[in-house]
Order: sequence, then C-alpha cells, then structure tokens
Amino acid sequence: MNTTILLFLLQDGITNGAVYALLGLALVLVFAVTRVILIPQGEFVTYGALSYAMLATGQVPGTVRLAVAMGFVAFALDLYAARKALHLRKIARSAALNIVFPIALFIATTRLAGPTTPIAVNIALALLIVAAIGVFLYRIAFQPIAHTSVLVLLIASVGCHLALQGLGLVFFGAEGLRGPALSKASVPAGPLVFTGQSLAVYGLTIAFIVGLWLFFGFTKMGKALRATAVNRLGARLVGIRTTLSGQIAFLLASVIGAISGILIVPITTLYYDTGFLIGLKGFIAAIIGGLVSYPLTAVAAILVGTVEAFSSFYASNFKEVIVFTLILPVLVLRSLAAPAVEEEKD
Amino acid sequence: MSALLTVSDVHISYGKVEAVRGVSLDVADNEIVTIIGANGAGKTTLLNAIMGVFPLKGRTSFAGTDMAPLDIEDRVAAGLSLVPEHRELFGTMNVEDNLELGAFRISKATAAASLERVYTLFPRLKERRKQLAGTLSGGEQQMLAMGRALMGAPKLLMLDEPSLGLAPIIVADIFRIVGELRAAGVSVLLVEQNAQAALKIADRAYVMELGEFVLSGSAKEIASNSRVAASYLGFQHEGESAI
Amino acid sequence: MQRLPLVIFAALMAVIPLIPGIPPFWIVLLDNIGLASLVAMGLVLLTGVGGLTSFGQAAFCGFGAYTTAVLTTAYGVSPWLTLPASLLVSGIAAVLLGIVTVRLSGHYLPLGTIAWGIGLFYLFSKLEFLGRNDGISGIPPLSIGSFRMLSPDTIYYAIWIGVLLAAILTMNLLDSRTGRAIRALRRGHIAAEAFGVQTPRAKLLVFIYAAVLAGLSGWFYAHLQRAANPTPFGAQAGIEYLFIAVVGGAGYVWGAVLGAGVVIVLKEVLQSYLPYIFGGQSQLETIVFGILLVLLLQLAPSGVWPWLMARLSIKPASKKPDTSLKLETRERAAATSETLLHIEKARKQFGGVTAVNDVSFDVNAREIVALIGPNGAGKSTTFNLITGVLTATSGKIFVRGKEVENAPPQEVVKLGVSRTFQHVKLVPDMTVLENVAIGAHLRGSSGAVTSMFRFDRAEEAKLLAEAARQIARVGLTDQIDQLAGSLSLGQQRIVEIARALCVDPMLLLLDEPAAGLRHMEKQRLAALLRQLRDGGMSVLLVEHDMGFVMDLADRIVVLDFGTKIAEGTPASIKTNPDVIKAYLGAAA
Repeated sequence: MNTTILLFLLQDGITNGAVYALLGLALVLVFAVTRVILIPQGEFVTYGALSYAMLATGQVPGTVRLAVAMGFVAFALDLYAARKALHLRKIARSAALNIVFPIALFIATTRLAGPTTPIAVNIALALLIVAAIGVFLYRIAFQPIAHTSVLVLLIASVGCHLALQGLGLVFFGAEGLRGPALSKASVPAGPLVFTGQSLAVYGLTIAFIVGLWLFFGFTKMGKALRATAVNRLGARLVGIRTTLSGQIAFLLASVIGAISGILIVPITTLYYDTGFLIGLKGFIAAIIGGLVSYPLTAVAAILVGTVEAFSSFYASNFKEVIVFTLILPVLVLRSLAAPAVEEEKD
Repeated sequence: MSALLTVSDVHISYGKVEAVRGVSLDVADNEIVTIIGANGAGKTTLLNAIMGVFPLKGRTSFAGTDMAPLDIEDRVAAGLSLVPEHRELFGTMNVEDNLELGAFRISKATAAASLERVYTLFPRLKERRKQLAGTLSGGEQQMLAMGRALMGAPKLLMLDEPSLGLAPIIVADIFRIVGELRAAGVSVLLVEQNAQAALKIADRAYVMELGEFVLSGSAKEIASNSRVAASYLGFQHEGESAI
Repeated sequence: MQRLPLVIFAALMAVIPLIPGIPPFWIVLLDNIGLASLVAMGLVLLTGVGGLTSFGQAAFCGFGAYTTAVLTTAYGVSPWLTLPASLLVSGIAAVLLGIVTVRLSGHYLPLGTIAWGIGLFYLFSKLEFLGRNDGISGIPPLSIGSFRMLSPDTIYYAIWIGVLLAAILTMNLLDSRTGRAIRALRRGHIAAEAFGVQTPRAKLLVFIYAAVLAGLSGWFYAHLQRAANPTPFGAQAGIEYLFIAVVGGAGYVWGAVLGAGVVIVLKEVLQSYLPYIFGGQSQLETIVFGILLVLLLQLAPSGVWPWLMARLSIKPASKKPDTSLKLETRERAAATSETLLHIEKARKQFGGVTAVNDVSFDVNAREIVALIGPNGAGKSTTFNLITGVLTATSGKIFVRGKEVENAPPQEVVKLGVSRTFQHVKLVPDMTVLENVAIGAHLRGSSGAVTSMFRFDRAEEAKLLAEAARQIARVGLTDQIDQLAGSLSLGQQRIVEIARALCVDPMLLLLDEPAAGLRHMEKQRLAALLRQLRDGGMSVLLVEHDMGFVMDLADRIVVLDFGTKIAEGTPASIKTNPDVIKAYLGAAA
C-alpha cells in the first residue's frame, strides 16, 4: 500500500468523521434532553447546505417560506394551549418568536439574496432559517407528545423526516447542488494538501465540542438541560420548563446540522435526500458512543469516517454495507460488556 | 391568619378510577398542616395535583391567585414547592449543582443567600457538596431534596412522606428541621404515614381515607381521637381493636 | 379471542372478491394489506408485546423473497418447496442477527436494527447472484395442480389464509405459558427471571418468530409480483412496517391488520388524489403522509385498535380456572432443625462503595426472619445476592446446604427461593391471574410450538388453577380478572406475594410487603405469613414498620451501612444499644 494513498484516505476519513461527530453530538444531545431519536437531523443538514448553496446563486430558498408557515402553526398551537387563560405577555412572547421572527427572516432573505451577497451573510441566513425550522419542529411535532414513549416519539420523528425530505424535493429539486468553499486557502503538508475548507471542518468541530462542554458544565441553562435529561419531573419541580429545554436542544441540533451541511456542501454534491444517509452515519457514531458519551461519540465518528474512506477506495461497491455492518461488532462488544443488572424504566 | 393555599372540592381521576373525591383544605401563613392516612388513600395524588403534576377538577388558589391556568413551572415561580415522594434528585450531578438548580427561577444574589441558609439548616450537605447526589445515603438525599426545594425561597413547602425508608433516628432529625421552617417564614403541608411524628409538629391535621377527608382539626384533637389512634397510630396502642 | 368474530371476519374476507363488479384494483390493495399485516403481526409480538423495536423487518422479507426467487429461477425448484426454505433462511438470519441484537436493551436495539437493515439492503443491491439493483424476475406463480395463481385475485386467498393462520397461531402463543413470559419482557427482565424465565431465549424466540412471519410475507410477495428487487426491502419499508404496527396499536394482533389497512389505503388515496388537488407535484404524498402520521400519533398515541375497542367498549372475556386441578408440590421439612439459607460473609461492592459488608446470617426452616435497617443499608442488595440478581464480590451463600455459586436467578428459584420486589414489578396490562401465573412458570414445560397449536391446554389449566388458588389464599379473588395496573399499590404488593407463592417456595423473600397497607390489612398479612410458616415455609422479609416486624418475626437481623450490627429476638433487638443508636433512636 502506498503511504500517500493511506494518508490521503486518512485525511478524507477524518474530515468526513468530523462532520459525523458533529451530527452524533447533536443526536446524543437531543436524545438525552427530549428522548427523541432525531431522524430528521439529516434534513437539517440538507436544508442548511442547500439553502446556503441556493443563496450563493442569488436565489431565495423555499425553506424560508417553510419557516414562516411552521411559525404560524406553532403560534396557533400556543394560542390553543393557552386558550383557558390568555396572558398577554405569553401571547406577545409567542408571537415574537413564531410570527415576527420568521417574517423578519423572510424579508431579510428576500432583500439580501443576490449573486453578490457576501458568503458570511448567506451562511447566517441559512443558519437562521434552519434554526427556526428546528425550534418550530419541536413545538409542532414533539411538544404535544413529549410525555409518550420513546417508540412513539421515534415514529413521529420518522414522520417528520418523511415530510421534511419530501419538502426538500419541492424546495431544491432533484438535481444536486454544490456550494462555494468558505475559504480558498490551502496549506501543503508533505504529500497532502489541507484546504481551508477541511481546516474549517476540523476547527468548527473542535470549537463545538469545547463549546458544548463549557455550556453543559458551567452555565445555568446548560446545567438545566442536563438536569432535564437526568430527571424530567425533578427539573419541572425546580421550575425548569421542559418545553424550553426541548426547544434549546432542537435549536442546537438544527444549528449543528446546518453547519455540518454548509461545511460539506463545498466538498461533495448534496441532493435533497442525501442528508438521511449522512445523519445515519452520525447515528452509528452515536450508538457506538452509547447515546450518552460525547467524547466516545466523537472518536467513533472519526472511526466511521475512516472506515468509509478506506472501503470506498478498496471496495467501493460495498462501502455502505461495510459502514453499516461496522455496527455489528460494536454491538457484540456492548452486549458482552453489558451489566448483569439493568433496571428498566419507562 | 390569611389563607396561603386554598383547595376546595377537588376531584382527581386516573382514567375511570377517582382517586381523590371532593377534598377541601387550606393552609395559612406560618402554619404546619399535615395530611395523614394509609398509603393509597390519595395523599400523594393530592399533593402532586396541587403542584400541577396531574390535572384536577375543582378550585385551587395560592396567595390569592387562581392556580388553574398555571403549570408546574409557574407554580414554582409563585412560591409553591414540592418535595416529592421519590425525591427526584439529579442523581448524576453533585450536591451543589442540585442546590443551584433549585434556585433556577430566582436571581443570583438571592440564590447565594438561599445557599447559605440551606447549608446552615443542613450542615451535612455542605460537607458533601461535591459528592454526586445519587451516591448519598437515604437520609442525606431527603435533606438534599428539601434543601433544593428551599433554594427557590418558597412560601409553602409541600413534603411527601419525608420519613419514607429512613431510620427512625434520622426521621427525628428531619422532623425537627421541618418544625424549624416555620421560624424561617415557610409554611408546610406535610403528607405522612408516620402519623405520630407528623401530629407532634403540626398545627392542624386532616385524615384521609380512600380519597376523602374523614376528619380534620387541630393536631392535638386528631392525635387524641380514638379512631385515629386505632387505625393510624396502630401498634402503639396495643389491645385496641381496629375499625 | 372469541371464535365468532374471527369466523365472521374470515367469511367476510372470503366473500369480498366474489362481489360482482368489485374493482380488481381493490383486490391488489387487499393483497398488499395482507402482506403488510403478516410483517406487522410479527412486529406486534416483537415490539408491542416484547418491547423490542425493530426497523429491520423489511430485510427479513427480503430473505424470504430472494430465497424463493433464486431457488425457483436458478434451480427450478417448485414454489411450494421453497416455502420452508424461505422461512428457514429468514429464521437463520434472525438467529444470527438476533444473537447479536436482542441482548441490547433500550434504544440500542432499534438503532442497531436500522443500521443492519440498511446494510442488508445495500447487500441485496450489490450481490451478483441476486441480480444487483435490477433484482430477479420471471419467478413462477404459485399453483395447485393446473390452477396457476397468476392474478392478484387468485393469490388473494392464499395470502389471507396465511394471515388468518398467523393471527390464530400468534394469539394462541400469547395466551400461554410462553406467551406470558414474552409479555413480561417489556417490564424488564428482573421479575421474569426471578420466576425462571430465560429472558434472552424468550427475546430470541420472538425475534425469530417475527422474522419468519416477515419471511412468509416476502415469499408471498415474490410470487405475487413474480419478481424481486431490493427497493421494497430497504430502510424506508422497514420504517413503514413499524408505522403500521404503531398506528394499528402495537400491542394487538388485530391492530396489525387494521394498521396495515389504514396505512396502505391512506397511502393509496394520497397517491391517487393529491395530484388532482395540487397538480403533479412530486413526492407530495410523502409529505402529507408524514404530517398525517405525526397528527395521528398526537390524537391516538396508543394506536387505532385500542382506541376503537374503547369506543365499542369491548372487554376480553374473563377466565374461570377449575381449581380442582393440582400441580405437584415440594416436600417440606417437618421441624425447624434444617438450615434453609446460610449466608457466610457475603460482600458486595459497587465501584468504591461497599453495599454489603461481610454479612452472615441463617434462616431456618419454619422461621420468619426480618431484615431491618435504614434505606441504603444493603437490605435489597442482600436480597439480590441471595436471589442471584447480583453476584457477590466475595463470600458464600448456601440454600439447603447447596452452595449457590453465583447462580443466575433462574437457577436460584428452582431451589425453592421466591421473592417479591420493593418496587412492584407486575405487568400492568396483564390481569392479576396472568401475572400470578408467571410465578408457576417453572412448574410447566410447554414451549412455543406446543402452545401455538394448543397442545398445552391440560397443563395450562393446571397452571391457571394454581394461580387462582394462590390468589384466593391472599384474599384477592374478587380482583382476579382486573388488570394488575388498576389495583392500588398495596394490593399490587399482595399480588406479588401470590405470584411468589406460585413457585411453591421453601423460602419466601418479601421486600417491604406491608408498605402501603392499612393497619387491618397488615394484620391480615401477618396472619397469612404465620399460617405459611406453620405450613412449613420460611420467610425472610425487609420491613420498616417496626410494630409489624416486632410482632411477627421470630428473629431480626439489623443492617447499617452494609454491616450487620445486631441479630436476635425482637425483645433483644428493641433494647440493643447499638440498634437504638444507629437505627431506632430514642423514640422506640
């Protein structure tokens, strides 16, 4: 085997793995706080990536209309939930989040979109759009059934995935898109060349991991999110709104998803349905990490990315088979190491 | 004394089973009120419903405001606090984090003062402040649960079976502290199976059976009622026949 | 399941294709509903009843379909002969994947199934001999003699006979000794194992059963379509089958059929009418389908079938066991000389914490021993060491002179040690009778196949009779047909005692049996325990009510911080200065 190829594959694997790590972290986060296994995570990726790519060509992506529509539904649900006691302040707050914000975003997007819009503005718009969709998605689809079983939440999650993926086709069409690179710089290192894009991938992944660690370890809201994950009733009894925790978790997940998308869309062509597979690879990392451990998830994601890179080189036909069956040995190890006593809660 | 908590004609159902039927009670400022009765009588259900954990039918008001539209989190903010039967601590977080989260709804400055007060009340918690809540002993967990509830500076603290599963010797300690809360300006609504201990510190008491209040009055009257003695103080009065 | 509705349903399904003028397209839909019902029925057992969520069932359909496709086209084997082969291949695949996956608890399992479901889909679409993405075509139709089932309305009967048979066999299985073991899985394995259920084996069994049903569906599919390609066996299809089960009501056999009907008709309607309303917008049906699904779950989170049954207020018929039937019982010691349980320096450490610290004590035949001490003193841990739920770090435990060397709970219960739990572990949606009958699990031997074909009835009657007798003994006969979850916590504890008595135990371990009981009920419980002792049984109990304990126990062992601090008669314990200092306080 050629060392250059080896290094090249490794580099490729680590770049992909870093993205899977971000997605895996988001999945772990959402699951811990809300018990939702977030299948639509993949749609956050495609929505972020393709909205960014469309903005880069000067078009207004359909996702911003979706954000407005979902905002209206969310507002209607808030009104319905508060029908017995209409507190003006609560309604005003809900209107600000669900009506004013998406409409402002819509206006900003239509005004700002153009072939000469700076990359930073496009990124900001794409992130805001996906963040809004993420928060509204929690409000509409999950908040009303937050008390049900993991299975019901999972099925609802799949329903959301189907609807969002279908909408993705409407918004972006069946053609794949690519976005402009964040940076044209490149740094040669021996036989390899690190592009600005791949350095951005590494940098942002590390920044997010450190950021999440600081957020959960040292901020009041971060601790409140952890508390919700540990004991929902306990959290409510000290006045932490589980709906707020859920919205924050979805906000973080959608932003992480969108950023992942924006990071990879300059490297690979994305289609409206690519997100599902990318999200699933994040899953594999999350499962290997046991859905609880952030560092283990990150390491597992790098492993998944590397295996994928190597198998696409040596057995490209069976790349997906290999990546997805990678989970089996891990599951075997997990079941061998599984503790003898495991109290099941529901 | 003005009524802090008023509950009138409350019904609570699980599906088709009505667990609480037409119960009314009130708690005044600076008062310790206890509800005694066997497990399954509906005491825990009633406390949880007052807190907003389950829905109820009937009127409840706290410090003069109707509680119907408020959810749990709003009731916490209004100054109502519940220490639930299973304590519901954040087991994988340390004692101090648990206490800090207890002050989630109040300002940082007030929280610091609250923390001092809780540590004075429960010096054991201060010793263990970096220990994970899940590794504390039963008695310490109960103290932490009470401490966490007090961190939010509640006007009314509702305690659900604080003595459950604790050594009689620790129970005595917990009840002593509950008695001291009055001096700190906190009213207490105490649900207990350990009727003897509860009646000792309470001002007034309600006796609950099968979802209804069958007796109420001053703690002294209730303690001397022969029916209560036979049914709830049980083995303490040997030789008496049960009802 | 009552016979009459079943016969009516069968008759109805038989008549539908004969209705004059019925659009052939409807028959195709019904064929598809039948195929999906089979897979969903497996999922009902696996997910709804057994609590194991699988997204990978479509892959098992693939095994069934490809097996017959390869055998009939490449080797010219007759379609009927490939049926056992298809079922076998699906079953073997299930064994291999099951051994790996079913041991995973909680959320690993569904995620794991998504992963191998997708892996297998890609495998189907890449393998040369399965025709890669194009698949295999030219599969011969099913035929009986010269009658060839070429059209959807001829294979219709074969499919629906398959569905009805599968439904009957599945219901028979659920209503049996093995069925109870499966139904107990969802509530965690500890309670089931305490009565001798081999939970990994039970899980693997339902996994294989579900896979074989999916394989059957795949086999029908291949002969209906006369072709097989990877698409219907991918992740999307796997997800859809799970939908069907959840929409129908994941715990109900007929929910699978209803769910298949609802979902398939809904999809069809969306596909054919949406374009008329909104123009030819692509994938619109997926969007609406997804949204409707989320909406449906918000309205009826437990599924359509239970919702419908509640509307029609249909209740399952009650069972009246014939209590004259008897099971064999153990021989009992006549005197108290025998040492039943001997614990020698048992020690249990969790990480750095010593939960049980070199504790030794005995329980003799015909004796009631109480274990007291504050919460966290190691009482429940001691119970778990005795019953094999936990393995001791060091020390020895003997039951009737035989050392229990880290035997699993299923072995300990065979020695005649049964227990109740501090946190009640009943299956809330099973009746009191069914819950208690789990206690008699080891006193029967019927397996899954025997039960499916109803050859277990004589034994089943005896097991239920025993359960009914023990329920009468604890005084809950009036509640025998109620769901366990509808009883008060105090009564549920008593149901646990009845379940433990079904083991015909030598030693009964009771964890806080009197919690939640009123004074009168406590006295009744004490009387029952005395009566059991006089009948030759021993009792070891953990209890906080000192009045109850002092009155009842022959001997008391006091634990504090995992260490035994005293042992003796109630009178000596009451006055023991160490016990007063550590536990009782001045109040006693």
